[in-house]
Amino acid sequence: MTTSLLDVKDLRVSFGGKEVVHGVDFHIGAGEKLALVGESGSGKTVTALSLLRLVHNATVTGSAQFDGRDLLRLSERELLGVRGREIAMIFQEPMTALNPLYTIGNQIAEVLQLKQPLSGQQAHQASIQLLADTGIPDPERRINAFPHQLSGGQRQRAMIAMALACRPKLLLADEPTTALDVTLRGQILDLLGDLQRRYGMSVLLITHDLNLVRKFADRVAVMEDGWLVERGDVGSVFAAPQHAYTRKLIESRPEREVDESVPPAAQPVMRANDLRVKYAIPIPGVRGWFSKGEFVAVKRAGFSIAPGRTLGVVGESGSGKSTLALAALGLLPHGGELDVMGRRWGPDAASNRAIRRLVQVVFQDPFSSLSPRMTIEEIAGEGLLVHEPGLPLPQRRERVIQALADVGLGERQFPGLLQRYPHEFSGGQRQRLAIARALIVQPQLLVLDEPTSALDVTIQKQVLKLLSQLQKDKGLSYLLITHDVDVIRAMAHDVMVMKDGDIVESGSVLQVLDAPRDEYTRTLVAAAS
Amino acid sequence: MSSSIDSPAAATGPVKKFVHTSPGRRAWQRFRRNRLGFYSLVIFTTMVVLSLFAEVLSNDKPLIVRYEGQWYFPIARDYPETVFGGDFHTPADYLDPFVRERITTGGNWAIFPLNHYGPRTLNYFASQPNPSAPSRENLFGTDDRGRDLLAQLIYGFRVSALFGLALTVIGVAVGVLTGAVQGYFGGKTDLAFQRFIEIWGSMPELYLLIIFSAVFAPSVALLLILLSLFGWMGLSDYVRAEFLRNRQMDYVRAARALGVGNSRIMWRHILPNSMTPVVTFLPFRMSAAILALTSLDFLGLGVPPGTPSLGELLSQGKANIDAWWISISTFSVLVLTLLLLTFMGDALRDALDPRKAET
Repeated sequence: MTTSLLDVKDLRVSFGGKEVVHGVDFHIGAGEKLALVGESGSGKTVTALSLLRLVHNATVTGSAQFDGRDLLRLSERELLGVRGREIAMIFQEPMTALNPLYTIGNQIAEVLQLKQPLSGQQAHQASIQLLADTGIPDPERRINAFPHQLSGGQRQRAMIAMALACRPKLLLADEPTTALDVTLRGQILDLLGDLQRRYGMSVLLITHDLNLVRKFADRVAVMEDGWLVERGDVGSVFAAPQHAYTRKLIESRPEREVDESVPPAAQPVMRANDLRVKYAIPIPGVRGWFSKGEFVAVKRAGFSIAPGRTLGVVGESGSGKSTLALAALGLLPHGGELDVMGRRWGPDAASNRAIRRLVQVVFQDPFSSLSPRMTIEEIAGEGLLVHEPGLPLPQRRERVIQALADVGLGERQFPGLLQRYPHEFSGGQRQRLAIARALIVQPQLLVLDEPTSALDVTIQKQVLKLLSQLQKDKGLSYLLITHDVDVIRAMAHDVMVMKDGDIVESGSVLQVLDAPRDEYTRTLVAAAS
Repeated sequence: MSSSIDSPAAATGPVKKFVHTSPGRRAWQRFRRNRLGFYSLVIFTTMVVLSLFAEVLSNDKPLIVRYEGQWYFPIARDYPETVFGGDFHTPADYLDPFVRERITTGGNWAIFPLNHYGPRTLNYFASQPNPSAPSRENLFGTDDRGRDLLAQLIYGFRVSALFGLALTVIGVAVGVLTGAVQGYFGGKTDLAFQRFIEIWGSMPELYLLIIFSAVFAPSVALLLILLSLFGWMGLSDYVRAEFLRNRQMDYVRAARALGVGNSRIMWRHILPNSMTPVVTFLPFRMSAAILALTSLDFLGLGVPPGTPSLGELLSQGKANIDAWWISISTFSVLVLTLLLLTFMGDALRDALDPRKAET
């Protein structure tokens, strides 16, 4: 191995006396790719940001030797020279990291001119070259595009072009692909690897995604709660993890726990035929004053879900899968046929009430799906107030306690559970609460809209396990919406692959995922493995 | 499954009494931590409560009179002067040295309020011309009609505070209702309401007040109605924006999927999560209401003549610029009131700031 480019020793970061990073040591050699892995709250991002002193109100101690200087001892002025020129960063969400009011060319040229003595014309040419390097097609034209005119993948490429403008020696990549669709993730990662080789720079990749680490990095460092628990070569760490937490992370890939014996042919819980969902969208210009255009989010969808079975819907953002979920819940007007146990969604609330009881929902974000100003009892008991208004309080409370117990929440772990508020629970626990709220009215079908996407990998596995257990115990049917092929593989009996509102392929999970017929399905499956 | 749940450390120890704080209670705790705001609230509440008992504090009638072995309660009942040995059948004037001597000498006694004047009391036995400077007789002096300034301020503050409170309550009720309807239903309802607000908001409020005060006999109730008609619009915009935001949240979608009705969703799910701007603006709205009443009184368009009012005192102060005690004392009361309300508003805004919500 070459000499270290960056050598971090005993790095400690604390906020207001509370230490969040407890003495981290690692080093990166020149031209090396190190991955810093951990779940949310493990301190991995704070560790990286504090190297450039980009964390507000933080006290940072220890040392970070970079190219013969200690980054933590540099003055603010000296550090300005290091930021961007020698150490550059790319962030998770390119839409917020780019200024929406300037063209990307402007923003790249600004970095170039700030750090190098270039004329406007030279900077412009250099920017075009950088965009071409990052694989943006037609860079002469794209350079005048504003961030919102680019796709998510192109924005991230523009961000990378900006970061690499001054040929930094070290690139800090903070979850560079998390906000992107799965098929784009591989491309961006390949690009990073390619550029890393071409420019001969080192990369510190911060991520929670072990797939990325395996594909990209040379070495890996695992963080848990601000401690660096394990580090080593990617190959050896993955082959023989030493620390329990590393093992837990590696084993957190969801396993298939599906009861295959449930017959698909029984009377379906939900059946859709030629289902269409349209949105009205504004038309630009004068014509838009008088009429609205329409956007068809779901085209001619047909499916049926048998009792006790799971239908997975997989696709990228914008494929119409969440729209499909809302339509299934009767929350969006739709055309075509969609019936629930033989009944149709009607226009008025009263006639829909009986169907509402049959179809319930769990949303992606456990923080916005529970009202912060209601107690757990109020949240979980809401459904009973609507569907069994005559139920006396003691029995209602009993049902609430039972529903909470079904999802693994009890008075024993949480004294005073019923009177608590959602903010007292973690993401995974909140998702359990959301499941309890849905289950209390004893539905037949649960619509799961990305139920684990906002959760850490280890929590994700537990929630999926709970869901499949509940399915077996109660004979529930699931309509599982996700972008994650792993989740589909673990949970679903059948799968539909959606792209741009169309169902491009459907069938039983193992058949579709193991032998995809459609081109798009193949890319999706390949990106996930 | 239980491994997934972080069991609290106290689970094995003795069962601790957990106090689960609602977001509202936590906001209150943060509010209390702001000394200035909290004490402002305490002082302002004390002032309002005291002013509610203004009749006991500042009145030209004694509270209790013991006269010739009999109990009298002049504060509650009028007694003719003849009762206390005078010549007239008119109600007794307790500022009259004769009456006062009759009821306080020879075994008779009387308990007077702290300040011996009511808001309309004219002291016919004053030793100095009006307006008179502060003296032992009139602690804050008198106005240009000979009425005691301290009594005027106490009663004027009460009118202002109660008026401000009433206007705020009505404005909030109407503003929240209209904002909620616009924000929750959106679309055409929202469009129609917004245009209505634009038209309604462009009506010249002051002209209407002048016209109405010419047509109808001025009264506090009329003023309250007129100001309420225009006072709800600002708040309704904020509530509308909150509802527009919150109706998209997943907890509202989940409630709709459960089959919860519209009014219940609005009341139980969205409203509690949309109250931040409402509560934050309460003190500021109240101070604006007090200021509005004062300005209208100053212009002579406010409360009917004879009602104690801070605005009317200010205008007297302007007319009698050499009687400094009128303008200075009124100004101080007004500034103190508005300052207390502003401090409270500041503290509330900090307490309800979502960015500080987790600390």
